[in-house]
Amino acid sequence: MSVSGRIHSIQSMGTLDGPGVRFVVFLQGCNLRCGCCHNPDTWEMQGGTECTAEEIVKKAIRFKEYFGSDGGITLSGGEPLLQAEFAREVFFLCHKEGINTCLDTSGSILSDKVKALLEETDRVLLDIKYTDEEKYRKYVGCGMDKPLEFLSYLCEKKIPVTLRQVIIPELNGDEENVRKLREIAEKYGCIDKTELLPFKKICQVKYDKMGIVFPFADYETPDRELMQRLNDLIKD
Amino acid sequence: MEHKNWSGFKAGEWQNEINVRNFIQLNYKEYNGDADFLAEATPRTKELMKKLEALFFIERQYGGVLDIDTATVSSLTSYSPGYLDEKNELIVGLQTNRPLKRGVNPFGGMRMVRQACEAYGYKLSRKVEEEFRFRTTHNDGVFRAYTDEMRQARKCHVITGLPDAYGRGRIIGDYRRVALYGVDKLIAEKKKDKADLANYAFNTERTRLNEELFQQINFLGKLKEMALMYGYDISEPASNAREAIQWTYFAYLGAIKEQNGAAMSLGRVSTFFDIYFERDFANGTLTESEAQELMDDFVMKLRMARHLRTPEYNELFGGDPMWITEAVGGMGEDGRTLVTKSSFRVLNTLYTLGSSPEPNLTVLWSNGLPENFKKFCAKVSADTDSIQYENDDVMRPIYGDDYAIACCVSAMKIGKQMQFFGARCNLAKLLLIAINGGYDTTSGIHIGPQMPVMNVEKLDFDEVMERYQIYIEWLSHLYVNTMNIIHYMHDKYAYEKIQMALHDTEVERFMAFGIAGLSVVADSLSAIKYANVRPIKDRNGFITEFETTGDFPKFGNDDDRVDLIAKDMTHRMITELRKNDTYRQAIHTLSVLTITSNVMYGKNTGATPDGRKASAPFAPGANPMHNREENGALASLNSVAKISYDDCRDGISNTFSITPEALGRDEEERVNNLVTILDGYFKKKAHHININVLNRETLKKAYENPEAYPNLTIRVSGYAVNFNKLSREQQREVISRTFHEAI
Repeated sequence: MSVSGRIHSIQSMGTLDGPGVRFVVFLQGCNLRCGCCHNPDTWEMQGGTECTAEEIVKKAIRFKEYFGSDGGITLSGGEPLLQAEFAREVFFLCHKEGINTCLDTSGSILSDKVKALLEETDRVLLDIKYTDEEKYRKYVGCGMDKPLEFLSYLCEKKIPVTLRQVIIPELNGDEENVRKLREIAEKYGCIDKTELLPFKKICQVKYDKMGIVFPFADYETPDRELMQRLNDLIKD
Repeated sequence: MEHKNWSGFKAGEWQNEINVRNFIQLNYKEYNGDADFLAEATPRTKELMKKLEALFFIERQYGGVLDIDTATVSSLTSYSPGYLDEKNELIVGLQTNRPLKRGVNPFGGMRMVRQACEAYGYKLSRKVEEEFRFRTTHNDGVFRAYTDEMRQARKCHVITGLPDAYGRGRIIGDYRRVALYGVDKLIAEKKKDKADLANYAFNTERTRLNEELFQQINFLGKLKEMALMYGYDISEPASNAREAIQWTYFAYLGAIKEQNGAAMSLGRVSTFFDIYFERDFANGTLTESEAQELMDDFVMKLRMARHLRTPEYNELFGGDPMWITEAVGGMGEDGRTLVTKSSFRVLNTLYTLGSSPEPNLTVLWSNGLPENFKKFCAKVSADTDSIQYENDDVMRPIYGDDYAIACCVSAMKIGKQMQFFGARCNLAKLLLIAINGGYDTTSGIHIGPQMPVMNVEKLDFDEVMERYQIYIEWLSHLYVNTMNIIHYMHDKYAYEKIQMALHDTEVERFMAFGIAGLSVVADSLSAIKYANVRPIKDRNGFITEFETTGDFPKFGNDDDRVDLIAKDMTHRMITELRKNDTYRQAIHTLSVLTITSNVMYGKNTGATPDGRKASAPFAPGANPMHNREENGALASLNSVAKISYDDCRDGISNTFSITPEALGRDEEERVNNLVTILDGYFKKKAHHININVLNRETLKKAYENPEAYPNLTIRVSGYAVNFNKLSREQQREVISRTFHEAI
C-alpha cells in the first residue's frame, strides 16, 4: 500500500537545507505559527497537492547524480512531523536507493510515528527559535520543553543534528541569546553544527498575496556585521 | 629522425611522422595536486597589463574600435612588426603594426569591409578598392550561385548568420606542430603529399587538393617570413618553453592575419606547453614565476586579437568575440588525466591578468578529473564567471583524447578534422511559416511549400506536426544546398591556407548546421498538445497571434512530456538534414547554440503559441525560456541533459546563472557544491554548460553605470563577453534571464 501525503512544492537544488546539494520537498501543513515564518503558504493542512511517497522518491532519483558524497533529500515544510508516516515512507524508500535523508523540523511533536520516522533519518536540522521560554510561547505557540525533549531523543538515538536559529535583531540578536544557544549545543552531544540564519523579509509578498498580516513586518533584518559577530560567538 | 632541440624528450613515433598526440602522450606529466604552487603576476607582467588596460580603455572611448588600417590588406607579411612594449615583452607579434589596430580583410567580401570602416568613421582606401576591383571574393562567388529561394530564406531570417560575407572560421590549425617540428619539416611533409598525389588520377577532388597543397606550402613559407620580421627563425623545432610558446603563437598569429573567421579557436596547447616547461625546469633554466610570466604574456597577446566587424555582425555575435577557445584538462584514453600544472597556469591568468572573456577557456570535464583540479575550476568560475565546461566523457569516445573545441561547443580532432560552419535556422519561425501555409508574417514573404493557412478553432497537435514535418524537410534541403554553395566558394576564393597547412593533408570534414528557438518550439508544441491554442488571424487572413488557455508542461522542469518534444525536434532535424548530399562528403552535424543572436532571432519572429510575444527574445542555445523553470536549477539542467549528443554532435549549449547565496554559505561550500553539480550534470550525459555565479543586481548596476564595471565578464552562450561590449538590447536580455536564487 502506498502512503500519500500533501506537499507544497519541490526545489530540485537546495544548498542551504542540509549538507551538500539536496533535493528539497516542502510538505504542506504546520502546527506552529512562528512570526518570522517565510512560508505562510505551507500552513494549511488541506492545501498543496497530494502525492505518494513513491512519486516523490521517483523524482528524487532523477537528481541522484548531483548529490555527490554529502547531498541527498531534505523534507522541510511546513512541519514534516505532521505527516510522519508519509515522511517515513519517503525516507525508507530513499534509503533503499542509497539516498541520504535529512529532516528540517521545529521538533514540537514526538509521537510513535515520529519516532519511526527518525529511525530512517540521517540528519535533523532542528530549529530552536529562541532560548527563552516566554518568547517561545509568545512567538512560536509552544513551550521550549518540546524541542528540547525532541533533542534529547535525537541524542539518545545518536542522530546528528544541525542546530538552527533565525536571528531577528530585536528579539534574539543579543549575545546573551547566542551564548545560551551555544550552551545547548555543548550540552547535547548529537549537535555537531550550529547555523545562525539572517531573518529576511522577502516573504512579505506571500503574505500580501494571501491577504494576511506578516506579524514581523516591522522588525529589522540583521546586517552583515551583526551576523558576523554572532557567528564568531558561536564558533570560538 | 633526431633533432638537437628534442633532447630530453622521450623518443617515439612522433619523430618519424607528424604526430603531436604521440609526443604529448609519451612526454607529459600529469598533475593531481592543488593550486598552491601557482605564482602571482610579476611586476613586469603587472606593468605590461597596466599598459594594455589603458589601451582597452581608449578603445572603449573610441566606440569599440581603436584604429583601422584602411590601406593594407591583412596578411601574414603585410604589416611591419608591432609591439605592446618591445623591451619588456616575452612573446611578440601583433596582427598589425600597432596594438589593437584592426586590419581589413576583404577576401570574404568587400561590402562588409566597407560598411565596417564606415560604421567607425573610416573609409576603405582607394588602394584596397582598386586591388579588389578585378578579384572575386567569397561573397561575390556565393551570390553568383545563390538561388532566389536562398536569398528569400536569408531575407526573411529563417536561416541567418550564414558565413557568406566574411570568413567562416571554426577551423583549428594544429599550431603546436610549428613548435614541435619547425616549419621546414612541415613544408617537406606537404611536398611529399603533393608529389604523392600524382600517383592517382587527377579527378576534381585531387586536382583541387593539389592546388590547395601548393597554397599551403606557399603560406608556410610566408609564416617563416613573418616570424623573421620579428627576428625569429622558426624553420627548426623550438628549443625551450619560451620558443615553444612563441612558435605556437606565431602560427596562430599567421592564421588570424590571414583569416577573419567568426571563430578563430586555439586548440589545446597548455598541456603541450607543460612538457617544455618541465624540460626547462629539469635543466634548471626556468622558475615557476617565469613559467607563469610566459603564460601570462601569451594570454595577453590573445586578449589583444581583434577583427573588424559590422554593426549587423555584432547583433548576431555581440561583444567583439574571437572565440580563441582553449580546451583545458580532460582525460587520456589510457585513463591518465591530461591535467598538468599548465592547466592550472592557464586558468590562473584570470587572476594574474584579471577576468576576461578571451581566450575562451573551456574545461573538458570528466568524472575522472583530479578532485583538486575540479575544485580549482569551480573556484575560478565562482570568482570570475569566465570559464565554460564541456563533457569529456561524452566526447572522448568519439574524438579521442587530442580534440579541441572550435568556437563554443564544436569538437574536432586537432589537425585531423575541420568543419564547415553553418550558423543556424530559426525553428520557431519555421513553425509559424508552416501554420501559415508558407507565409512569413514578419517579413511578408511567401516561402516554402504553398498551402492554405490552417483554418481551425483550436490547433491540433498531430495536424500541426504533420505540416511542420513538411516544412522541416523543405528547409533541410534548402539549408544543405545553401551551405554547399557557401563552402564551395569559400574553398575557392578564401581558402584557409595556413590553418589547413597545419592539418593532415587528408582531413575529415563536418558540415555544422544549427537551430535556434528550441525551447520556444518545445513549449509551443506542448501548449498545442496539452492546453488549448486558438489561432487568431489578421485582416489578411494570416495567423499572427494565439490565445492559449489552460496549463501545459514547460521545458526546464524535468518533465518528459515536453522535454521529449525538444529531444524529438533535434532528432527530426538532423535526420532530415542527413538526407541531403553535402559538399566534399562532409558529415552532417547539428548544434543548439545561438551566441547572442537569440535576441535578433526573437526580434524577427512573430508571437508563438507558448505565450511568447512577437519580437521577444528567445532563450539562448538550448536554455529553457527565462523564468519558466518552476522546480529549481537541477530540474532545469535535467531537461537540457535529455537532448542527445548523438543528434547534436556540434554541441548543445546551456548557460546557467546562479547567485552566490544559492550555491552555498561560504566559499568552501560553494566550490564543493559547484563540483558536485557539474559532476551530476555531466553524468547525465549533458554536453555543455556556461557557469555564472553572480547577482542580477550587479548586472543592473553595470547597465546603469558601465564605467564602474570596466572588466565585468559574463558567460552568455558558448563564450564570455565583457558585459559593457554588449548592445543595450543584449544587456537587457541577459539581465532578464533566470538567476537561480536561494529560497
